[in-house]
Amino acid sequence: MREKLQTDFERLLASYLHDPKEENLYGVQQLNKWIMDQKIPPDEVLNHYIETLKKLIPDLHSDVKTSFDLLLEVMVGYGVQYRVDKNIATRHQELEDEIEVAVHLQRTLLPESPPPLEGVDLGVASYASKTMSGDYYNFVQYGDGVLGIAIADIIGKGIPAALCMSMIKYSMDDMDYYQPKPSEILQELNTVVERNILPNMFITMVYGVYDSLNHSFRYATAGHEPGFIYRADTGQFEDMDTQGLVLGVTSHVEYPEFQLHLAEGDVIILLTDGVTETRFDGEFIERSDFCELAKKYLHLPAQEIAEKVYKRIYELSGYQMLDDQTIMVIKREGKNKL
Amino acid sequence: MNITIREHSEREHTIDLAVFGEIDVYTAPQLREKLLTLCQGGSHIHLDLAGVDYIDSTGLGVLIGAYKAQKSSGGKLIISGMNSRLARLFRITGLQEIMEFGPDNQEDGKS
Repeated sequence: MREKLQTDFERLLASYLHDPKEENLYGVQQLNKWIMDQKIPPDEVLNHYIETLKKLIPDLHSDVKTSFDLLLEVMVGYGVQYRVDKNIATRHQELEDEIEVAVHLQRTLLPESPPPLEGVDLGVASYASKTMSGDYYNFVQYGDGVLGIAIADIIGKGIPAALCMSMIKYSMDDMDYYQPKPSEILQELNTVVERNILPNMFITMVYGVYDSLNHSFRYATAGHEPGFIYRADTGQFEDMDTQGLVLGVTSHVEYPEFQLHLAEGDVIILLTDGVTETRFDGEFIERSDFCELAKKYLHLPAQEIAEKVYKRIYELSGYQMLDDQTIMVIKREGKNKL
Repeated sequence: MNITIREHSEREHTIDLAVFGEIDVYTAPQLREKLLTLCQGGSHIHLDLAGVDYIDSTGLGVLIGAYKAQKSSGGKLIISGMNSRLARLFRITGLQEIMEFGPDNQEDGKS
């Protein structure tokens, strides 16, 4: 490898000293590329150059030869930094590759699409503000038209949040309820999270059980931003009740349950605080603004409602997304009065 | 984006801390460093949030971390001066039920 550097320098330098035309510099570009590819540090390149020069001009003035020592010394400094930068770049690339794998793995923690439920249309839009998301959602099929629905916000973003998400996911997978009780599920998750989470982290969550036989939604909340229920008969949104401590702060927490009955055309919207903390022109979106905005899309299928509401908020925020955002729509099929 | 933290310790066994600005993902580390040091001292910490308009979830995580540290060391974390938006945040997250608050917090308004 080093021999090539020596012979190329000899050839290029000899032709340029003989005839200093620009064309004779063209070969340098190729050599330069090769040097970069081979990752040869600058001090080594200069050293070869000096040796070649001494060979081509044997009677080079001794002062000039001595002055090269100074130049070499300067380039040694560059060489050290070059090696450090190369190491950082390699490590950076390795980390990027690892993150890409983690992002792919994280996607597998989330359901691809909501499962079918008799008489109910489900949709969810979830977007990360960075590469990895701290928002989590899940559907658990209990059979007999009963579906468990979870939405959670893991505080912190990126890799720590993603690791935490897998803890929630696998804890939920391990639970085996014939008659699921949201309060007990949150209690159990709180115990797991409280034992395993960093002091500055916590999780907010809503866990609900939708029974499609009587269209009831029984749920409990752990410090999560309240959702909305749209009542088709009044054409108005109502705030969902919420009471319960965020997961991971202290053990032995009670989570009260609430129950909603959905008439035809009623719509539940669950969301994460990334949505409600969006700012339009520096001001936070009001919950009433959100309802007005969502109303325009309620005649659409649930998935489209979630996507369109998300997109509209993104537009109004000036295409700035500071936090992960998830919007989940649970719509009892029937005629909407809009 | 920045926060200012003012510290007084005129009362015995109590450190008064006043914060000004928004406690968010960018400024929370500054508050965390301060609270981490103070939580090791065994004193009660009185945190005045009258100068704080907004706390995001990272900021709330720092306060939860301080609450846990104080609880395990026998000290107290007392929060006061919350505006209605902050009061709502503490109500929604259920922290209102377990943390200790001073008398001068605004009523929990809907924002």
